[in-house]
Amino acid sequence: MILNILFGLGVALFGFVLQTALGGINRKVIARLQKRYGPKWYQEFLDIFKLLSKRATSHGWIFDFGVIMALGGIIATAMFMPITNELVAFDGYDNFFIFVYLIAVGMLGMAMSASGSGNPLASIGVMRALTTMLAYEVPFMVVVLTIINITGDSSISMIAEFQQLANNHWFIIALPLGGIVAILALMGMLGKKPFETYIAPAEIASGPMVEYGGKQLGMLFIMHEITVFIEVSLFVHLFLGGAENIFVFLVKYVLVYTFVNLISNVNGRFKIDQVVTFFYKWPLLLAVSQAIIAIYLGWVI
Amino acid sequence: MKSTKFTELTQEQIDRKWWEIGDFFRRNSLWMLMYCTGCCAIELPPAMTSAYDMERLGMGPMATPRQADVLLVTGYLSLKTLRRLIYTYEQMSEPKYIVGFGSCTINGGIYHDSHVVINRLDRYVPVDVYVAGCMPNTEAVMNGFVDLMDLIKSKKADGWKRYHDNYDWYKKNQEEALGEVRIKDEFHE
Repeated sequence: MILNILFGLGVALFGFVLQTALGGINRKVIARLQKRYGPKWYQEFLDIFKLLSKRATSHGWIFDFGVIMALGGIIATAMFMPITNELVAFDGYDNFFIFVYLIAVGMLGMAMSASGSGNPLASIGVMRALTTMLAYEVPFMVVVLTIINITGDSSISMIAEFQQLANNHWFIIALPLGGIVAILALMGMLGKKPFETYIAPAEIASGPMVEYGGKQLGMLFIMHEITVFIEVSLFVHLFLGGAENIFVFLVKYVLVYTFVNLISNVNGRFKIDQVVTFFYKWPLLLAVSQAIIAIYLGWVI
Repeated sequence: MKSTKFTELTQEQIDRKWWEIGDFFRRNSLWMLMYCTGCCAIELPPAMTSAYDMERLGMGPMATPRQADVLLVTGYLSLKTLRRLIYTYEQMSEPKYIVGFGSCTINGGIYHDSHVVINRLDRYVPVDVYVAGCMPNTEAVMNGFVDLMDLIKSKKADGWKRYHDNYDWYKKNQEEALGEVRIKDEFHE
């Protein structure tokens, strides 16, 4: 049990280091896209450690406690994430619904903390973040429930192994409409550009993060990196056939994140009502038709 | 021969070592808050985009004073904007630095005899680096940022500490210029 917990913490640490390094590399990629040179590849580490070295203002104990709750909730979620088929901290507990429920602890901690700061822009940001969550979760859940119906199992590593056993029939190809929905939902989850409404630095001054500085902001950055790790690895395991070894995992992870980031940086930003209308219109339609095609007609490529 | 035996470090020496490590991170990741009042602000877009690419130094724009490390004061400050500048500066988390752009922040520039424009910014908030020129060109701006990084390295960028130590003097100057400096706390009223 102790070993499992230590291993789980190792997974969270691995996710943090991987995503932070990749975030820095992606800043360089985006810089090259814009004909700039870009920062050092370890710039994100410098940013986080600088924030942890600064003095911070507190706005009451809810403000401080919420940050710790968000970070703890996200680390707890990351502990259950399988990396490859064998590298699972809690074998048999890597259920999809564990992630759906546990990731909410981190998000709600951040929402509580941001509202505790008393800044109206933070409340607007939190409201937008939760509304966006409500929008992308519905089509994403329909697609994942279709997958669970096909595989007959809701364990992440089992779904990944199912795809590997069926001659690498990745669900992004086997369920093409569902794959499109999953990419759109992933962009919503990561807060990438067309759905970046809740950060929106130009209009609501970076939304939920508006009152954070110093140590609390550093902890939120760590939380954000681990959240991105969880969401991208969920996509890799559910739709790209998981990973037989860690090298395959790294390749798939880097490709997915870079792809989403490249799309993000050539887009503008939606308004919040456009985000909700968008997700409830096309992705939901695609997801439901994919479910009908796959479950009732049995047409899975 | 030099002894390799460990010598006991005092608490002050340990603190200084930690501060030096922190300074390494702080000078390589400077997040700016741009208080763009005057014409010098036009030098910032070429500094940020592909012409000079400020992100190479780890610098980037930030949306709120809480997140920022450097306050860029670009140009003249009227009495109204000075009041906002002081509120903004006091909201930033420490350590914090100020970069003053152009001759307006040094001696008032072309507005030196105006009745609503202040002449010396250094009397109201501590300025770490001045970038000279009217307007300074973009090389000078980039050079100013590198100067700021060097000052942080040699522990001379201590404006925020001077603001603490000489707060009475700054407060007196602020009150002389503005009347009473009062922060309106609109969230808790």
